[in-house]
Amino acid sequence: METVVTNLQGVPINHYILFCSIIFAIGVIGVLIRRNVIVIMMSVELMLNSVNLLLAAFSAYKGDASGQVFVFFVMALAAAEVAVGLAIIVMVYRNTRSVDINALSRLKW
Amino acid sequence: MSVFYFVAFLSIFFALMTIFTKNAVHSVLYLVITFFTFTIHYILLNAQFLAVVNFIVYMGAIMVLFLFVLMLLNLNKDTEPLKSNLIKIIGVIAGLCLVVTIAGSLKLLETSNPVVLKDPGIGLVSNLGKVLFSEFLLPFEISSILLLTAMVGAVLLAKNETKKI
Repeated sequence: METVVTNLQGVPINHYILFCSIIFAIGVIGVLIRRNVIVIMMSVELMLNSVNLLLAAFSAYKGDASGQVFVFFVMALAAAEVAVGLAIIVMVYRNTRSVDINALSRLKW
Repeated sequence: MSVFYFVAFLSIFFALMTIFTKNAVHSVLYLVITFFTFTIHYILLNAQFLAVVNFIVYMGAIMVLFLFVLMLLNLNKDTEPLKSNLIKIIGVIAGLCLVVTIAGSLKLLETSNPVVLKDPGIGLVSNLGKVLFSEFLLPFEISSILLLTAMVGAVLLAKNETKKI
């Protein structure tokens, strides 16, 4: 196990930051270009996950366990967010018969 | 070391597939694969606890919830709303601007030390449990209240309310 881990290390921290920002940007693009509410929530999950990975990478880089504990809290938050968000989506679908995000624009008034 | 780049390529590829496929069910399945590659990333960082939690919570619970709701709503290809091509192009350009901004600011950092595990046992369950239950005990308890609130809220919202008050 130890030899495997030491063989796999040595990736520059900049590459982790770049990789996570690319995944985050893909999530942002997904929110911008899709109109299906469920896919938009999935893009939000993608963004949360990229930040989680970067936190874990920094935690391993600094040798501090607090980062990984924080990832744990973010995961608990994401689970709560998904449960409430999907309940809201089900309710919206029951009222409007669609998952189009534009159907929610009437909330403006 | 090259394993990281291979898995990173796979994650980016499947993340792109997630947002660009038309079918929402395929989107969910690609997202599951993306989360699986993230689990591999956690294993590479020797964060074993996070790898298992990511596997169980994200791929097991959250994605099943997504699939469940998707099948509950009974969507098909005709009801899939699509944005115009102009808005899509603008969205992609906006996202690329974000990447360019972060990459540009990353150039200024210059120092790029490799990630070496100073303490390989940092991500193990025993170590994280000690930190979680000594240093972060209050946030841990508060997060349990948050989950309870979310559960009550979800049941309340999704319940079929027929009578008017």
